[in-house]
Amino acid sequence: MTDITPKTSTSRSLWQDAWKRLFKNKAAVISLFYIIIIILVALFADVIAPFSYEVQTPQDRLTFPNTTYWMGTDILGRDLFSRVIYGTRMSMSVGIIIAFCSLIVGTCYGSLSGYVGGRLDNLLMRIVDILYTFPSLLLIILIRVIFGPGLFGIFFALTIVEWVSVSRIVRGQILQVKEMAYVEAARAVGVKHSIIIARHILPNILGPIIVTLTFEIPAAILSESFLSFIGLGLQPPFSSWGSLANDGFQAFKSYPYLIFFPGMAIFLTVLAFNLLGDGLRDALDPKLKNA
Amino acid sequence: MYLFILKRLFIAIPVIFILATLTFCIMRITPGGPFDKDKAIPPEIKANIEAKYHLDKPPFINTSAFHEKKWADIFTETQYFYYMKGLAQGDLGPSYKYLGRSVTDIIRDSLPVSVELGLYAALLAFLLGVPLGILAAYKHNSWIDNAAMFTAISGITLPSFLVAALLIYIFSIKMAWLPAGLWDGGWEYKILPTIALGLRPVAIIARLMRTSMLDVIQADYVRTARAKGLNEVWVILKHVVKNSLIPVITISGPLIAGIITGSFIIEHVFAIPGIAKHFILAVTNRDYTLIMGVTLVYAVLLIIANILVDVLYALVDPRIKLS
Repeated sequence: MTDITPKTSTSRSLWQDAWKRLFKNKAAVISLFYIIIIILVALFADVIAPFSYEVQTPQDRLTFPNTTYWMGTDILGRDLFSRVIYGTRMSMSVGIIIAFCSLIVGTCYGSLSGYVGGRLDNLLMRIVDILYTFPSLLLIILIRVIFGPGLFGIFFALTIVEWVSVSRIVRGQILQVKEMAYVEAARAVGVKHSIIIARHILPNILGPIIVTLTFEIPAAILSESFLSFIGLGLQPPFSSWGSLANDGFQAFKSYPYLIFFPGMAIFLTVLAFNLLGDGLRDALDPKLKNA
Repeated sequence: MYLFILKRLFIAIPVIFILATLTFCIMRITPGGPFDKDKAIPPEIKANIEAKYHLDKPPFINTSAFHEKKWADIFTETQYFYYMKGLAQGDLGPSYKYLGRSVTDIIRDSLPVSVELGLYAALLAFLLGVPLGILAAYKHNSWIDNAAMFTAISGITLPSFLVAALLIYIFSIKMAWLPAGLWDGGWEYKILPTIALGLRPVAIIARLMRTSMLDVIQADYVRTARAKGLNEVWVILKHVVKNSLIPVITISGPLIAGIITGSFIIEHVFAIPGIAKHFILAVTNRDYTLIMGVTLVYAVLLIIANILVDVLYALVDPRIKLS
């Protein structure tokens, strides 16, 4: 605690090593680029989209993809490409916000459980076990019933489901790290528990936490799209990839592109996050690589 | 073994009781009643309907009974008490929206369909996922391994409604081989929904099986078995596969939960008359008793499934004792 200079210098080279390993992984690098592009698309949706997401051109309704309408038009004559671009903004922000919320909740809960241990750990983990084996969509829908069809309800419900896996991973990591000699030393010197967790334990499990975050974002995007697809998710005027797929569902048997493009957007994004997560995990924990 | 199952079933009763109480609370703090949307009901009729379903009573504590000094009625003349009393008798109450039908009836009609679909998907997951994982691990780093793992990661990341929509478009509309929806009828109705629901669990099991088998295949006892000159097929089946199955069984619990989640989407896409449809409708209609009934049924199913998983676990891994 008194001398932190050597610690930072070694940890920096560790992160540099991780970067090097990550850049050797082709799938992860491509995924990283894809994710950066998707985030840019989400940020600059109004610049990129060729049409407005709500303007209806009745004479062009249900046109198959062509040079004007790259992904065709929907049943009301709205440009699907523009709607997918705007949907990116909604889906990505849902994914990122929920991942961060569940990261905070899960880290606090998992740290408490792992650090305190004993009976409290037992109790807290039993609750997590129950939540873990409960069908997530059922739980989300039940929570959505309470909050009604607002944005807040979705964020709240999805966070309640997603933080569970974070807390398990954080707890497992803390159980390992808290036995380390440097934690024992800090305790012996009389450092406060909260400071031990914040300064000595959490920085050392940052790697697994980042990896978890990378897997949480696609999980949240998928959950939101399922919820929106069955009509219990985002309500108009908000539209995400999931609700676009839901809009296209009625007519997809004749106009399959209505469900194909939003579905592919979800698939590619979730795939990219998963491949990046795999790459990060291998890069941050090289011991696992050859398992 | 029997004692273990009995004990677990016994513990399940308070769990279900707590869950019933929780869902009851959730339904009651929610704004809006089941009959709010029906417009043009005269207040007297609405009062009658509510009296019939005991909705005129307070949810938990009857304060008017307190003022009238009917002590016993303080807790018994409440919505909660009536619901729990029915529940103890296996009666989930009347549906507020499907007039004249009880929740028990609705669930009895639709649950078998959902369970059937779920079982097919679980069966597919196991019968396809395990061999795929074995093959990938056995041919580690070959093109078979890469192809299998690419399929697996796609299976995990593809949204199930896209899979279902593609299957319908290709096999029902373009090829006209299989029906695009519904359930009752011949085997041909069950194929597409089963594949659409089972793909994700197949992928999860295949990936897990591969990782676990790569671990086991390096174990000393496998080398010993080979050194003894045992037949390679025998080594793989008896020594490697059996031990690699343990993690696969461990995730069966979450996997079953995942299949239930997936069935919401799949039943919606294929218009399957299962329980998910009623649940979604019940949520939009605020059909309290139906929501609670379906939730409880799912909970009971999960508890039973998890007991089975624990038993299976002990059968495969003798190091674990049931007690």
